[in-house]
Amino acid sequence: MSKKYWETLPQGSVVLEAGSSAKFKTGGWRSMRPKWIEENCIQCMFCWMYCPDMSVKVTAEGKRAEFDYDYCKGCGICALECPGKKGNKAIVMEEEGK
Amino acid sequence: MTTKPLKLRELAKGEDRFVHGHRMCSGCGAPIVVKQVLMATDYPIVASNATGCLEVSSCIQQFTAWKIPWIHSAFENAAATISGVEAMYKSLVKQGKLEDRNVKFVAFGGDGGTYDIGFQSLSGAMERGHDMLYVCYDNGAYMNTGIQRSSATPFGANTTTCPAGDVIPGKLQQRKDLTKIMAAHGIPYVAQASPANWMDLMKKVQKAFEIKGPKFMNVISPCNRGWRSKTNDAVALARLAVETCYWPLYEIENGVTKITFKPKEKKPLVDFLKPQGRFRHMFNPENEWMLKQAQEYVDNQWERLQKEAAFFGGEEKAEEK
Repeated sequence: MSKKYWETLPQGSVVLEAGSSAKFKTGGWRSMRPKWIEENCIQCMFCWMYCPDMSVKVTAEGKRAEFDYDYCKGCGICALECPGKKGNKAIVMEEEGK
Repeated sequence: MTTKPLKLRELAKGEDRFVHGHRMCSGCGAPIVVKQVLMATDYPIVASNATGCLEVSSCIQQFTAWKIPWIHSAFENAAATISGVEAMYKSLVKQGKLEDRNVKFVAFGGDGGTYDIGFQSLSGAMERGHDMLYVCYDNGAYMNTGIQRSSATPFGANTTTCPAGDVIPGKLQQRKDLTKIMAAHGIPYVAQASPANWMDLMKKVQKAFEIKGPKFMNVISPCNRGWRSKTNDAVALARLAVETCYWPLYEIENGVTKITFKPKEKKPLVDFLKPQGRFRHMFNPENEWMLKQAQEYVDNQWERLQKEAAFFGGEEKAEEK
């Protein structure tokens, strides 16, 4: 991103673009990586509801899709809350880079 | 406008009004609270924010995580700011300069900006009767500046300004019951909620937006840095807080108390304290009295709340999940 100087900044500390934080990717913070195992997923959407980083993608039909690794900080709330299917979790945490 | 149906799959199709890319810590409870509050309704919302973790990390320079009009002015005046915005809106509509789009006004504040520093402006805004909802995300200390005690910090907790050691065993005072204090303002709606019980939280938000006048919601928001817990247990701890009755879910509508969720089996408070490092010293043998005292306090509060609810005709059992 190019450097901004005071002449080019909007006055009064106003941010004119809504949701511009999406330009700042927080995925690099992650040390643990959630892995989605689709066959164990019952589409309960709890991972989507409890994700603090809005990093669970949803299809147009409202179904769960892959993780958004650009923003996922790897906290693991989704994996802990995942009810899974017959005791098999649909989300497991793996060490990043393995 | 009819209230939005709270079905997860329907909700998931909607657009986020609090988006990714914010810089809250990994596993923070506050963004979960904010997203659930904003998701509960389709009304246009204008928000103000007290200084705190949520404010400093959701709006940094040109990066804002908010997709709604959002204003921050200082630590102590989130409620005063939004009441000004609300009064301005009302005036402009009255003058015919603005079309009335049924805009809802929300203020977000942490426990520091609500219980302590922002209390006078909150109390004032509530007394003046502005049509607004104040949401306090209570993580029980000044987490943004490095875990200093606030009046929301629970008994026994270790913080940097009440460190557990040779002199004192953590915070020696009980926390302030702000939900009850707000109810004592005689405002039409006061509620306590937890992000783990998302349906309950969102129903309360919906209810609040249908009521005209000042509303207050106190929402528990686990902080893994300050609570010295793991990054993945924010929701689990928020649930344990409810199940141990440390954080009972109830609402007070026009002075009538109603418990909205009663745990099937009340868990012992240690279940909630044990996973948190800030209470570790309480498990030392010489500090056994602290555990006892903390449990007694929670029992008394819960007993009292049940009596209050029974006085108004019993509690309704809300469905979970």
